[in-house]
Amino acid sequence: MVINMGPQHPSTHGVLRLALTLNGEIVEDVVPHIGYLHRCFEKHCEAMTNYQQVVPYTDRMDYLTSMNNNFPWVLAIEKLLKIEVPERVAYIRVIMAELNRIASHLVAIGTYGNDIGATTPFLFCFRDREKILDLFEKTCGARLLYNYMRVGGLSHDLHKGFAEEARQFIKEFRPTIKELNGLLSYNKIFIERTARVGILPADVAINWGVTGPILRASGVKWDLRKNDTYSLYDRFQFDIPVGTDDVGVIGDCWNRYMLRMREMEESLKIIAQALDTLPEGDVKAAIPKRIRPDPGEVYVRTESPKGELGFYVISDGSATPFRVKARAPSFCNLGALPEFSRGVMVADLIANLGSIDIVLGEVDR
Amino acid sequence: MESIQAILNNPYVFAALMALAPLLWILPYALFAIWFERKVSAHMQDRLGPMRTGGWHGWSQSIADLVKLLLKEDLIPAKSKHGLFMLAPYVVFVGSYAAYAVIPFTSAYVGSEINVGIFYFVAVSSLVVVGILMGAWSSNNKWSLFGAMRSAAQIVSYEIPGTLAILAVVMVVGSLSLQDIVRAQEGWFWNWFVFGKFPFLFIAFLIYFLCSLAEVNRTPFDIPEAESELVAGYHTEYSGMRFAMFYLAEYANMFAVSAVAVTLFFGGWQSPFGTFLSGPAWGVFWFLSKGMGFIFLQMWLRWTLPRLRVDQLMYVNWKVLMPFAFVNIIFVGLWMMIAQ
Repeated sequence: MVINMGPQHPSTHGVLRLALTLNGEIVEDVVPHIGYLHRCFEKHCEAMTNYQQVVPYTDRMDYLTSMNNNFPWVLAIEKLLKIEVPERVAYIRVIMAELNRIASHLVAIGTYGNDIGATTPFLFCFRDREKILDLFEKTCGARLLYNYMRVGGLSHDLHKGFAEEARQFIKEFRPTIKELNGLLSYNKIFIERTARVGILPADVAINWGVTGPILRASGVKWDLRKNDTYSLYDRFQFDIPVGTDDVGVIGDCWNRYMLRMREMEESLKIIAQALDTLPEGDVKAAIPKRIRPDPGEVYVRTESPKGELGFYVISDGSATPFRVKARAPSFCNLGALPEFSRGVMVADLIANLGSIDIVLGEVDR
Repeated sequence: MESIQAILNNPYVFAALMALAPLLWILPYALFAIWFERKVSAHMQDRLGPMRTGGWHGWSQSIADLVKLLLKEDLIPAKSKHGLFMLAPYVVFVGSYAAYAVIPFTSAYVGSEINVGIFYFVAVSSLVVVGILMGAWSSNNKWSLFGAMRSAAQIVSYEIPGTLAILAVVMVVGSLSLQDIVRAQEGWFWNWFVFGKFPFLFIAFLIYFLCSLAEVNRTPFDIPEAESELVAGYHTEYSGMRFAMFYLAEYANMFAVSAVAVTLFFGGWQSPFGTFLSGPAWGVFWFLSKGMGFIFLQMWLRWTLPRLRVDQLMYVNWKVLMPFAFVNIIFVGLWMMIAQ
C-alpha cells in the first residue's frame, strides 16, 4: 500500500511529505519530498542592499534557533572583513546561542514525547522554554525571530538584570531536567518505544553527512565547538556527550533523544561560566556603515542545535554578496531517514522522524 | 392521572422508558467528563484549561462545543459509501449504549435484570468494533482503515484476558447476574472482591482494568486513534454531529467499563461502610462516585503515559495478560475447591 504522510500530518513537524510504501504495518520504503517551504533564501541574499540585511533572513531558516543561525552569518562576514569584535559581544553571543540551544532542544524533546504519545512532557518543556523566551524578549524585544546579532556587534546590550535572571533560570532548570527524566526518559513504555529502534551506525551517519546530536548519538565525538572551535568556546569547560549503550544500543532513537537532554546540561555549564566572566564594554565594533568586503570567499561553520550550520559566502567587493550557500543541518540529516527507516513499523517511523528533529524552515530555506 | 397510569402500565411504553433512562446519566456525564478531562489534563500540564465559557472555570465549555458541533455542516466525503458512513457512528454508540442495559445503578434499578448480565455485557460491548470498521471502511481513507484494523485486532484480542478476569469473579459468586455479584459483596469495603481471595481477585482486577483501557482505546493503548501516527484513526473523515457521536460513544464506553469494574470488584452500589449511608438512593451515589473515580484514573493515565506500539500491545496481551489470567483462574478454582 502506498500512502502519503503529510504535508498535512501532525507528526511531520511542518510541511514535509513522506511517500510510504507499506506492507501492513511494516514500512518498506520512505521517500521524503521536500520543498513546500522553499523561500529562495540563498538567492534573496544576493539581492539585499547590504550584508546586515541578511541577518533577519537567517532567523527564518531554523526558526527555533534564530540566535544560532545569526551566529555563523556574522562570523563569516567578520572573517571576510577581517575585524575583531569586542570581548563582551563574543561573550553575549555565546550565552545567547547556548540559551537558544536549550530552547531548541526543549522543543525537540517535547515534540518527541508528543510523537510517542505522551502529551504532558511537551507542555512541561514549553513551560521552561517560555522562561528563555522571556529573557530574549527583555533583551531584544522578540520571542522567536530575534534578529539580534549584527556584523561587528549586537543590536542591543543585555538588559539590566540579565545575569541574575539567567542564573535564576539555571537554578530552576536543573531540577526540571530530573523531572523530565523521570516522566519521560526512563519511562518503561518510552524506552520500549525508542530503545533499539532506528539504529543509525556511525559509518552510515558519516557517509550521509549527518551532524549534530544524531552523529554524536551514533558514537562519533564530533562537536564543532571543540573540534573546530570558534568564537570563545575554547575558553569554557564542557563535555561532549556521545551515545551510550546502557539503555538501548548506540545510535538508536533513545540515544538521539537522551543526547539532547545531556547537551542541555552542558549548555547550562557554559552559560554559568560565561555569566561569571562576562566583561563590561561596548557591544558594537567600529565598522564602516556600508560593508564592502574585499573580493574573496569564506566558509564558516558552527554547531547549531541541529548540527553543522555553515555559510559559504563569495564577495565581489560590492555591498551585496555575490553568492551565498547555506549548509543546513536539518536538510542533510533528513537525507539519512530512509537509511534507518526501512523495515520498521509505522509507529517507529514516527519515532525515527521525530528523533532527527528537523525544522522544515531550514530543510527548504 | 389514570390515563398516565394506564400508559405507564403498557409494557412497551414502560420498556421504552426504562431503555431511555441511562441517557439521563450518559448525556450530562459525557458533557461533564469532556470538560473534566480538559481540566484534569490542563492542571497536570501546568495550564488552566477552559476558563471563560459560562463564567466559573469554563463549566459550560462542553455545552458550547456541543452546540457548535450540532450547527456544523454535515460533511460527507464524495467518494465514501454514504449509507454506511452515515450509519457507523450510531452503530458505535448503540454498542456502548446497549451495555448500559445490565449495569446495576442501584439495588432498585437495572435496565434489564437478566441472569446472564455480565455475559451480555461482554458480548454487546464488542459490537463497537463493527461500527468502527464500518465507519473506517466507508470513509475511503487509508489512515482511517489503518486505525480500524488496529482497533479490531486490539479489541478482539483484549476481550479474551478481560473475559477470563471476569470469569474469576463469576466463579466466586456462582452467578452471571450483576445484581447477584454486587449482593455477594455486602458489608464493609473489605468484603469487596478486589480484596477477596487475596491476591487472586486483585490480579483479576488489574487484568480486567488493563483490558478495559484497551477496549475503550485509552492511553497507553490508544493506537487505533494514535494522533501522531494516524492523524485521527478511524474517525479522520468525520466532523460535526457524527464526530460528536463517536465522542459520546467513547465516553459512554469509558463509563461502562468503569461501571463493570466497580460492580465486579468494588462492591457496585454498596456503601463502603456497611449499612452506613446505604439504601437505593445512596446506592446511586456510591455507584456513580466509584465509577467517576475510575474515569479519573483513566484520565490520569492518559496524560501521563506514552503510547505502546502495535506489536508491543499484542505482546502484552497474548504473552503477559493471557497466561496470568489463566493461572489466576486455576488458583481461584483451587481456592474454591479447598474452601468447600
